[in-house]
Amino acid sequence: MEQLRTLLRSLCAVNGVSGDESAVREAVIKEIDGLCEYRTDPLGSLICFKKGRKTPEKKLMICAHMDEVGFIITYIRDDGTLAIAPVGGIDPMVAIGRQVRVGSAAVPGVIGSKAVHNLSKEEREKAPEWDALYIDIGADSREEAEKYVAIGDCAYFLPDFTELGESRVRSKAIDDRAGCAMMIRMIQEGVEYDTWFVFNVQEEIGLRGSRASAFSVDPDFALVLESTTAGDIDGVSGQKRVCALGKGPVVGFMDRSTVYDRELYRLAFDTVEKAGLPCQTKTMIAGGNDAGAIHITRGGIRTLAVSLPCRYLHSASCVIDTADLESSYRLVRLLSEKVQEA
Amino acid sequence: MDIKDTVIRLSEAYGASGREDGAAQLALEMLREYCPDAEYINGNVTGFTGKRREGRPLLVLDAHLDQIGFIVTAVTDDGFVKFSNLGGIDRRLLPAQPVVIHGTRPVSGVICSIPPHLSKGGAGVPEYDDTAIDTGMTGEELRSIVSPGDAVTFDVKCASLAGERLTGGALDDRCGMAAILYALDLLKGCPTKYDVAVIFSAQEELGERGAAIGAYALDADIALAVDVSFATAPGEDPEKCGVLGKGPMIGISPSLSREVTNDLIDTAKTAGIPWQPEVMNGLTSTNADRYSVAREGAKTCTVSIPLRNMHTPAEVIDLTDVELTGRLIAEYIKEA
Repeated sequence: MEQLRTLLRSLCAVNGVSGDESAVREAVIKEIDGLCEYRTDPLGSLICFKKGRKTPEKKLMICAHMDEVGFIITYIRDDGTLAIAPVGGIDPMVAIGRQVRVGSAAVPGVIGSKAVHNLSKEEREKAPEWDALYIDIGADSREEAEKYVAIGDCAYFLPDFTELGESRVRSKAIDDRAGCAMMIRMIQEGVEYDTWFVFNVQEEIGLRGSRASAFSVDPDFALVLESTTAGDIDGVSGQKRVCALGKGPVVGFMDRSTVYDRELYRLAFDTVEKAGLPCQTKTMIAGGNDAGAIHITRGGIRTLAVSLPCRYLHSASCVIDTADLESSYRLVRLLSEKVQEA
Repeated sequence: MDIKDTVIRLSEAYGASGREDGAAQLALEMLREYCPDAEYINGNVTGFTGKRREGRPLLVLDAHLDQIGFIVTAVTDDGFVKFSNLGGIDRRLLPAQPVVIHGTRPVSGVICSIPPHLSKGGAGVPEYDDTAIDTGMTGEELRSIVSPGDAVTFDVKCASLAGERLTGGALDDRCGMAAILYALDLLKGCPTKYDVAVIFSAQEELGERGAAIGAYALDADIALAVDVSFATAPGEDPEKCGVLGKGPMIGISPSLSREVTNDLIDTAKTAGIPWQPEVMNGLTSTNADRYSVAREGAKTCTVSIPLRNMHTPAEVIDLTDVELTGRLIAEYIKEA
């Protein structure tokens, strides 16, 4: 458990917005080098083959995505401020007034906006448009800014991994470094059956990396390790909570991109019941993940997603319960064996 | 005195309005280097640079101690902390904002937000009643540490930006305090035109309440309110802003003393200190509004450091302006 937590912490400190995942890939390779075969595909996804003690008849692929949501610099203005666009779905309200780091040199900056004193009544009650936000790295002119950054550079939320209470943590990029951490740990601990592990790129901009890597690996089964929206916050009740922290991994039956394999869904709940693990399903049809691209690849791949419940997804302050990380990991280990025994 | 180090230390101290203790203790320690008898009374940190001299006018240098923040109103059974604001805050930046609750010990948390997956095109700007702080603790654990009335501040550290620029969460008005301390440093051993008192005042963000009692207690002849003002930035009206790095903004307003304004401008010109005008048409929304009408009244002016993103965790200043503001104040006070 401690190793999983440490892995998560170190992976969350790495910057890798969609299309710019190389630093994450290098961090993953450092952990798995010598423990499995691996290669980087044309889009940048890391495809790993881990030899097990047995070779199963059917091929299993486990995957998670390396990319995080962030920003891309679209223009450098005369006054040295940087125009930005979001990469992935970000609520502008979780961006205003935050520190960021820009480019591979991690140049410090902030996301600025008009001071509250100078906003009209209407402006105060409406989320800002991206056009009204900008990154300020302290440069006074375009020339000065160009010494530090270039158009097309990505910007990241500030890594600030913080423990909350007994077992919870707050960080950027938990979505989906938690999935990456679980896969690394499985590779390090070894597997019963030969297994393909794929660290995908570009999930956040429309499930791009997984489309190509699933084609390459061509598995019979896929397990997608993700982070999913938990709405169990103050003032939200019943179905709208979707799923809750501390209640174990989330295995959904359907989301916006996939109707999950019914037998695998049942197998997952059967497995947790026998193992005495917590597990929950989603109470709303919301969100989506790489399963959406994978399950309709080639002639179809039987797919299930195991997700970590996560509050404030797609912000600098995602919150998870590390007890859920542990139970998710145990479920994925058990389930991967069950799938291959079947 | 290292200006940057002073600004960072002050900005990273905690002191939301009405709960200034952390910042006040640090300010007291810093001020005692120049005013050995400095005291922390009724929320304000006050000191005189020397003995009062018969017939000398008293000049008061004011900067406010407090920063905007939040205050705990309730702890729920399932471990969420309900809160309200201390000072004017842009509610648009509440969702997913990291904060620290100052209970019997500091507790890290994050302000709840509805993620885009569930809000169908945006949840709207939250009202305080509709949101809460998530601390990862149970209600029971929390209640032993956090109580209604505890202060909450942004969980942010300062960071150096390009050139002399700096970002931080409480630069308003800790950079003003640093400018005053720097002025005192420059004045060490110099004869002065006035007796000088310094006040780092509480609760400015709630309506200049610390200055209201401080102005009465000190009974100034001349008062300078050293605060921050708007700097040009995308979206801001350049005609109503100062420019980062171009020096202190000297106040010109019907409510301020034209004599002091002109003296400050002359001082800047004579000493070759870059400066910028800040023209207002009445009250200044700074502590100056209190000094000018305290007791029988005082000749008052504002000296402002330009700042971007006011009242956010991402305030930005140019340290050059802090230095120039300190120099202007010192030159103004120095015996010619």
